[in-house]
Amino acid sequence: FPLCPRISLPSSSMAAAAARRVSCSLLRRDHRHLLPLLRPFASSAGGQPQLTVETSVPFTGHKIDPPSRSVDTNPSQLLSFFREMSLMRRMEIAADSLYKSKLIRGFCHLYDGQEAVAIGLEAVITKKDAIITAYRDHCIYLARGGSLVESFSELMGRRAGCSKGKGGSMHFYKKESGFFGGHGIVGAQVPLGCGLAFAQRYLKEGTVTFALYGDGAANQGQLFEALNISALWDLPVILVCENNHYGMGTAEWRAAKSPAYYKRGDYVPGLKVDGMDVLAVKQACKFAKEYALQNGPIILEMDTYRYHGHSMSDPGSTYRTRDEITGVRQERDPIERVRKLIVSYELATASELKDIEKEVRKEVDEAIAQAKESPMPGPSELFTNVYVKGFGVEVSKPGRISDPK
Amino acid sequence: MLGVARRKLGFGLLSATRVLPAGSVLAKKFSTAAKEITVRDALNSALDEEMSADPKVFLMGEEVGEYQGAYKISKGLLEKYGPDRVLDTPITEAGFTGIGVGAAYYGLRPVVEFMTFNFSMQAIDHIINSAAKSNYMSAGQISVPIVFRGPNGAAAGVGAQHSQCYAAWYAHVPGLKVLSPYSSEDARGLLKAAIRDPDPVVFLENELLYGESFPVSAEVLDSSFCLPIGKAKIEREGKHVTITAFSKMVGYALQAAEVLSKEGISAEVINLRSIRPLDRATINASVRKTNRLVTVEEGFPQHGVGAEICMSVMEESFEYLDAPVERIAGADVPMPYAANLERMAVPQVDDIVRAAKRACYRSVPMAVAA
Repeated sequence: FPLCPRISLPSSSMAAAAARRVSCSLLRRDHRHLLPLLRPFASSAGGQPQLTVETSVPFTGHKIDPPSRSVDTNPSQLLSFFREMSLMRRMEIAADSLYKSKLIRGFCHLYDGQEAVAIGLEAVITKKDAIITAYRDHCIYLARGGSLVESFSELMGRRAGCSKGKGGSMHFYKKESGFFGGHGIVGAQVPLGCGLAFAQRYLKEGTVTFALYGDGAANQGQLFEALNISALWDLPVILVCENNHYGMGTAEWRAAKSPAYYKRGDYVPGLKVDGMDVLAVKQACKFAKEYALQNGPIILEMDTYRYHGHSMSDPGSTYRTRDEITGVRQERDPIERVRKLIVSYELATASELKDIEKEVRKEVDEAIAQAKESPMPGPSELFTNVYVKGFGVEVSKPGRISDPK
Repeated sequence: MLGVARRKLGFGLLSATRVLPAGSVLAKKFSTAAKEITVRDALNSALDEEMSADPKVFLMGEEVGEYQGAYKISKGLLEKYGPDRVLDTPITEAGFTGIGVGAAYYGLRPVVEFMTFNFSMQAIDHIINSAAKSNYMSAGQISVPIVFRGPNGAAAGVGAQHSQCYAAWYAHVPGLKVLSPYSSEDARGLLKAAIRDPDPVVFLENELLYGESFPVSAEVLDSSFCLPIGKAKIEREGKHVTITAFSKMVGYALQAAEVLSKEGISAEVINLRSIRPLDRATINASVRKTNRLVTVEEGFPQHGVGAEICMSVMEESFEYLDAPVERIAGADVPMPYAANLERMAVPQVDDIVRAAKRACYRSVPMAVAA
């Protein structure tokens, strides 16, 4: 991909002070210590210096005119993208080690490689918009405001987990930030997401739902049932196919007669997006949100890739070559792309970015240590939350478990 | 009933002050001005009142709107509440049930109608994995205040794919509540309770009961009326044998109790109303009184509701049993079409009478029966 994409910059008159006026409110974490590093750009009317970057490839539309491939961004956004994606990458790699040390059990589906989708999406929506996804949900949870400690605790089945240890890897939720899980049944999250959008329209909230699913789920019948209803009823739902090209061990061309998932909506328009380019993701999601609020459903196909296998039980190399994996890592890695952008625009040096990565690693290690301290849920938790309004335990073998009413 | 009264007093107004002679059977009913409504009207009025009371309640399903309901349960609701709240869906149970559950996640209170519960199997993943388990998996973050309702069990001559009873299937699952009304009072009170309940409720109606009328008191007709979930009703008190039943079988059990009473056996008939949670306290208290139990259900026998009731009684009241528990259930075959076979496949009043007699040792010893 081009190292120096075509950019348009305001005139290059120096304004060091302008650089320092980078708005901190845009930063989700505190980057103020990086301000002196930002090279001065002329800013428009005293605000954030604007950058316009071209996406790696243009968007392809199905029954819709795609948005422009010139994406507006700014230094603090790029830096925060870098930091957030590095955090996600580090979290998933750490989860790999925890799984191998048997601290995480059962299923663990890792997202490394796909970070740009989670981050690009979050950049253009609010916490009142809703997201629902399947089981590869750790990073979406983080993007929605979840904490590392709650994430690791949940993975290890501890009390401090976001689902108090009762959900596990596939069942992270953060309802107050519009994150509705976390689902184990392939494809089921799509009708659920259409239902969330139904409620948003019913309550006239002016918000949208993004329902994420994979290329494997894209062939599910219930997806088409829900899409049909959503189109009939103009529901503000955006279906996002995170096409990482493999449904577990089955390559897309073996599972789908038509792997052009952005076209599968037929009468529903679609957009194909480079899911490894966070700016392309951002542009597409912004476009889709505006579209859905006016017109009903739209499909986004994110062309992305997962470095790990389907889950920790899958080495991920029996159905694809190691060359393919390393090839993607070298050519298309989302974090590397942003790193190169930042360095080429001289927003920070390579070693400053390495420092951020070290910081992130430390943050993750500390979170793991803290999560390990959290105890497992108490035995009485076995019987709580079965109902909101319960009537006591239905059946428990007398004498084996004390029956908390 | 009212017709007889009219003939006695002459045509015209029946004022409460003009009471019949004290010995009359009708006096009690007449003076409380008992009204009768069909189960259909009971369900319709319950839906109407709950939709009126809470703007978050909406109804979706096949033909619920313009068709006025496949069985006319939702008659008039589209006109009253509009197409945003009464939604006709395509014939896509998996899709629309998932949409209903998603709306419940967000905080709305959907009522999802299945034309019959046989079609709920197309959507059963959403009922169980998306609805029943979510509150637990999210440790209380995602509650699902949804009602899945529709006719359950056998109708008349509709064949194998349209006749199954799903009470045992859904009552198996922790996280669901399962209700099954018999009378109009049950229908009103339990549907209102289901809609108001914050948990997913499976509401099993019966097509053959829709047209039946039952007397209802003024209390039942009041819009605030509600029945508690998890409480059974003793429809008829008795001394010698307990008969449990739900839905249509309650009517059969009551008829059986009449037959039995003429032979000196006093049967106590329990209308379960709630399959999950099961009112084990009421059932066990009754068995401790009568010492004999007959469970009646329309569905297949294996792993059925009766099996669970039997186990509950074994666990809590074993010493009180004077006879083995009798189980009356549908035949362990897919429902046949031919009328004679269909009659044999579903419990009849005779079957319940014979079972009660067996429990009372008033029949041929079991070793001799073929």
